[in-house]
Amino acid sequence: MSGNIRIVSRRAVLAGSGALVFSFGAAPRVLAQDAAVPGAPGAPAPSPPLPGSLKQTPMLDSWIRIDADGTITVCTGKAELGQGIKTALTQIAAEQLDADFGALKLVTADTTVTPDEGYTAGSQSMQESGTAILNAAAQVRQILIGEAARRFGVPAEQLKTQSAAVIAPDGRRTGYGALVSAELVHVQAAPKSPLKAPADYKIMGQPVPRVDIPAKVTGGAAYVQDLRPDGLVHARMVRSPSYGAALTYVEAKTIEKMPGVLKVVRDGSFLGVIAEREFQAIEAMRALSAAARWQESAKLPDADKLPVLLQGLAAEDIKVLDRAGPSAGNGKTLSATYTRPYVAHGSIGPSCALALYQDNALTIWTHTQGVYPDRDAIAEMLHMPKDKVRLIHAEGSGCYGHNGADDAAADAALLARALPGRPVRLQWTREQEHAWEPYGPAMIVKVSAAMDQAGEKIVDWDYVLWSNTHSMRPGGAGSLIAAQSLAQPFAPPPPRPIPMPAGGGDRNSIPLYKFPGARVLHHFLPEMPVRVSALRALGGYMNVFVIESFMDELALEAQADPVEFRLNHLDDPRAKEVITTAAQRFGWAEKKRGTAPGRGYGFAFARYKNLAAYCAIACEVELDHGSGRTRMVRAVAAVDSGQVVNPDGLKNQIEGAIMQSMSWTLFESVTNDGKRITSLDWASYPILRFSGVPDAVEVHIINRPGQPFLGSGEAGQGPAAAAVANAIADATGKRFRDLPITRERIKAAIGV
Amino acid sequence: MMILNVNDQPHNVEADSRTPLLYVLRDDLKLNAAKFGCGLGQCGACTVLVDGKPVFSCVTPIALLAGKKVTTLEGLGTAQEPAPIQRAFMEEQAAQCGYCIPGMMMRAQALLQANPQANDTEIRKTLEPHLCRCGTHMRILRAIHRAQVLMKTARTGDAR
Amino acid sequence: MWAKIVAVVACLLLALCAGLFVFAARHPAIAPIARPAAGSFDTALVKRGAVLAAIGDCATCHTAPGGAAFAGGVGVVTPFGTIFSTNISPDAETGIGGWSEAAFERAMRQGVRRDGALLYPAFPYDHFTLVSDDDNRALYAFLMTRPAVRNVAPANDLRFPFNHRAVVAGWNLLFLRTRPRSEPRSDTATSGDPSVARGRYLVEGLGHCAACHTPRNVLGAEKSGAGFGGATIDGWTAYALNTRSTAVVPWTADALYQYLRNGFEAQHGTARGPMLDVIANLRAAPDDDVRAIADYVAAQIGKPTRRSEQIQLTERAGQPPARQEADLQAQRGSLIAATSADSQAYRGAPGAALDGAADEGAAIYAAACADCHQGPRAMPYGGIDLGLSSAITGPTADNLVHIVLHGIPADGATRGPIMPGFGDVLDDNQVGALVRYLRAAFTGKQTWTGIDNAIHAVRSAQHTAAVGSPERQAGQ
Repeated sequence: MSGNIRIVSRRAVLAGSGALVFSFGAAPRVLAQDAAVPGAPGAPAPSPPLPGSLKQTPMLDSWIRIDADGTITVCTGKAELGQGIKTALTQIAAEQLDADFGALKLVTADTTVTPDEGYTAGSQSMQESGTAILNAAAQVRQILIGEAARRFGVPAEQLKTQSAAVIAPDGRRTGYGALVSAELVHVQAAPKSPLKAPADYKIMGQPVPRVDIPAKVTGGAAYVQDLRPDGLVHARMVRSPSYGAALTYVEAKTIEKMPGVLKVVRDGSFLGVIAEREFQAIEAMRALSAAARWQESAKLPDADKLPVLLQGLAAEDIKVLDRAGPSAGNGKTLSATYTRPYVAHGSIGPSCALALYQDNALTIWTHTQGVYPDRDAIAEMLHMPKDKVRLIHAEGSGCYGHNGADDAAADAALLARALPGRPVRLQWTREQEHAWEPYGPAMIVKVSAAMDQAGEKIVDWDYVLWSNTHSMRPGGAGSLIAAQSLAQPFAPPPPRPIPMPAGGGDRNSIPLYKFPGARVLHHFLPEMPVRVSALRALGGYMNVFVIESFMDELALEAQADPVEFRLNHLDDPRAKEVITTAAQRFGWAEKKRGTAPGRGYGFAFARYKNLAAYCAIACEVELDHGSGRTRMVRAVAAVDSGQVVNPDGLKNQIEGAIMQSMSWTLFESVTNDGKRITSLDWASYPILRFSGVPDAVEVHIINRPGQPFLGSGEAGQGPAAAAVANAIADATGKRFRDLPITRERIKAAIGV
Repeated sequence: MMILNVNDQPHNVEADSRTPLLYVLRDDLKLNAAKFGCGLGQCGACTVLVDGKPVFSCVTPIALLAGKKVTTLEGLGTAQEPAPIQRAFMEEQAAQCGYCIPGMMMRAQALLQANPQANDTEIRKTLEPHLCRCGTHMRILRAIHRAQVLMKTARTGDAR
Repeated sequence: MWAKIVAVVACLLLALCAGLFVFAARHPAIAPIARPAAGSFDTALVKRGAVLAAIGDCATCHTAPGGAAFAGGVGVVTPFGTIFSTNISPDAETGIGGWSEAAFERAMRQGVRRDGALLYPAFPYDHFTLVSDDDNRALYAFLMTRPAVRNVAPANDLRFPFNHRAVVAGWNLLFLRTRPRSEPRSDTATSGDPSVARGRYLVEGLGHCAACHTPRNVLGAEKSGAGFGGATIDGWTAYALNTRSTAVVPWTADALYQYLRNGFEAQHGTARGPMLDVIANLRAAPDDDVRAIADYVAAQIGKPTRRSEQIQLTERAGQPPARQEADLQAQRGSLIAATSADSQAYRGAPGAALDGAADEGAAIYAAACADCHQGPRAMPYGGIDLGLSSAITGPTADNLVHIVLHGIPADGATRGPIMPGFGDVLDDNQVGALVRYLRAAFTGKQTWTGIDNAIHAVRSAQHTAAVGSPERQAGQ
């Protein structure tokens, strides 16, 4: 193995025990560094933990670089997914450095340049990267002030900073660039930072316009699809009609003679074609596809029988929670079973990657959420040393988790290696994205609860869930379709559950409510009939849907108002505040529930992972009795994300989560015919269109200046689903426990 | 070989006449706005205007475009001098990943050119062919309403 | 002298006729009742009424786009002017809330309004007269338990003398054959296949399929002897459903069932225009009833004769690459059997053969249509093999022009085919060239007349509440 050792795994990072090694190829100042794994045999005693991603990447100049000419570059290992972090992270740096926002450069995920922050996932960009940059910038500023104090001969306390310059009381002024020297900022971060007081914030907390939007609305280059290096050629994959099919025969000679075709690349069942022009590649792909013969073997589960099937698979049982309550009283017990189908990410732009193989080195521009793990997997697949494979993040369309991006990068790598010296742009088709992306797993949950004697409060709670893994990353080469297809294939890694408190299928399975007795059991199912991985909120979507739907069922049983019922079971004051805020802004008390024909009102709340952002949503739906068609009319959300960096960005994320979750909840399920995925495009996998869009959506932010950042990108998914379901239950008097809550299901339940 | 008029510029295009306009725009003319979303005319990300009417460039072969005028988002304005609709989308921060947005903007532009007084219902109906997976719908609607105001200002000099 | 006698006799005859008319036109009013409480109706009866109302497509004519259910206001354009459907919600003042069951039944059997005035046969009581008493009872129960909506439909816009309801008496005398009260329920098998018998009852009665699928005479009645011979409705062609069917692959009962159940059939096409509402409504009908309808219509179409089969196969002989009979056989069966996850594979030639063709239509087809229509995805998500399309073998260009111009828009978030329209990128000449080419290349039949008129008509169709307009489909 090379001198650079990677020990980190996503699990280890989340548990806080991972150590990270990286290599900065080009930048001369930064050294490759081994850091011992705390707790490993012979390791030194751990020092106080550094905040955020500084734990893994403690050197300050890994995050903040200042050149002699004053250029300030901020580095993050996270990627812009359209969630606005380029802007938010720059705001943080600008604030703590006292530099002008517009003067800062931000570099995102690049295996040669930036820290390794794993995946941009789990709503951790602010918590991990934001926190690291917050502290690093503050400490850098302090160092610069110290240097200026030395040069000015003035005590540091008398110096001010402004616009990337240190200013002495007598007006002397030195720019940061003039202050830096080779090693000035090449120091390890300290556990504590001289952070600016929130009251003094000028830019953090402001709705700074996003830096990436101007290009996106004027045709500027913004996406990986916009990269056009000289000599660019175009490629398409030919994939089998079903999982694990073997390519038994393909006559490629005629295709190779088609206009513009440069190469047909075949390795085992991996089949692709490269051409000079894009349409030539498309035509060649079609011809190649028609010429290919596959031996298919996949057996896919019947959607109607999925709950039974899932419960029948071999399971590894994980006791998530086991809190014994008082001996059962004589209160009423309620039980319910809820189900969820496979749901697709459905990225609007099918996955794409640009790869260049030259001089035994490979560079890939990709919209993967994790350039480092994807780099490692691709290097393993190609049997190349990691330092010869560079992955640079370039934006794609929204991914909402593990979509086809990682695989497209691997596909592009193999194709580029077959045509050294030419940049190869590999574009997946719509059908390929729909068929091959790893879906959000189907789940089934059985929940029951016992009320107290008075029938007012829940005293016991029993929650059992069945789910596949919600992440097949990092998984090495074996997680890549390309690597699984090669003549010498890589086996998919055994799926592993993500441990709590983050969790996978069990994410958010522990209710935040105070129940005297509560048990949560996770039947983790390693066997995956359908390709699955992380979809925004992971198990949090389903578990919050279930918990919040069931809370409404219990509230109905208790003849209590759903909002009051929730408040009565909560201690957490921040939870209570988002709930009361959402309810009050919605006008919840004034709404007459269950009386207006065709109208219903629903409420839901969750704290994402029980440790990230708090979100409560109240909504109103209208329902057409004749057809069963339902539309969310109005939604009001309240969110508490701790210290808000960019309030408009936060609102954007919550609004988007409400729309997306509503679409999942009302419309979406992946389909198959027993052998092949059949939901291959927007006709066969329809999602929300403007005819289903509400009249109004409001998001109210409860800002907590000075409090830690709380991840918010996924906080809205679960509450939105339950709020809609509860509103439909209110409108119809019927409870819908099987997702999606389609028009047909509603109509069948409400009859004529 | 054919002459394709894009954003009021004639271009000599050497491409198979069956090539969908989208690939000519992106690859030959290096225009970024129109996007590949599906290639099937289902999502709207590729929408451009042909003689002022919105079309899916992914299913429009250039063979059909002789003598017609193609307008892309780049033809409306730039980051330095944005058109009203571009300004409106920036003001309303009407994008998350932004991939679907140019197509939305072109269809909205065509609507507002033909019907400057289009109401909210008409706008929603007009956008029905377009998908947004990030859920930016509310902002897109707000931006189009804002564009109406900006266009009116531009037309009448009315500072309202 | 004789002239005087003739004149007097003529006047007497005229007076006699007028008297007959007036006599025939007069029906007593049935006294209004207090609106029955919704809870007074048996639930099972209401449920059955819902199914029957779906088969009868009541909502299609009696619900305006975006309007309240059954509140009326849909304009039906006839050669005599426009007639607006009435409010049949149980509103006491503006709907049928004050109608007794007897009044409702009389309207269905005889086309007479509660107050005794005659209803215009735009309301197809000439079909509904066949509905049994039990079924009328169920329909009544269903309608009377709908939300009451206050709505006055627009006044009819008919030219003289059709704006006088009494003229309908003459029409009824000539064309209405009411069901005798003594006739047993028509859905009991009298002979032959019980499903066909049930289908006959549904199709000729509530389904009133012939009302759209039969050509009409100058008085607006279905031409006798031409039942199911095909007609034009709202600018769409309702195909012949008898032995004059122009389907390339003869319709079987099973194929018809698939079409009615799913809204498409792989060897015929996709429901568009006014049929969209019919298919949507039939979702509420049980399988048995849909099968019965299919069985009866299949019996009307009849088995293809040797000659008709040969004609059809010959007509398809000179067509572009891709379709052979064996291919067709292979395509029967599972709807999604041919769906490929890698749906970029193409069954036929990729259309390159037509590049550079002198025929502009051929070039447009090759460039814009072939990729989807010669692609591997099965219906409903792939483009139909145009050699099988009813729109191309039908008697007029109407339906094809509709689809070329407007495509098949997405229906909200419902699974279903989506086809882009080409109306904004093709000018009228190009549409005409394409349509002519498709007709020639895929059928070998004579070209249509009136193609340019059809293009003009579809382009200029107003966004009215006309039944079957694309806007109407998008709205619901």
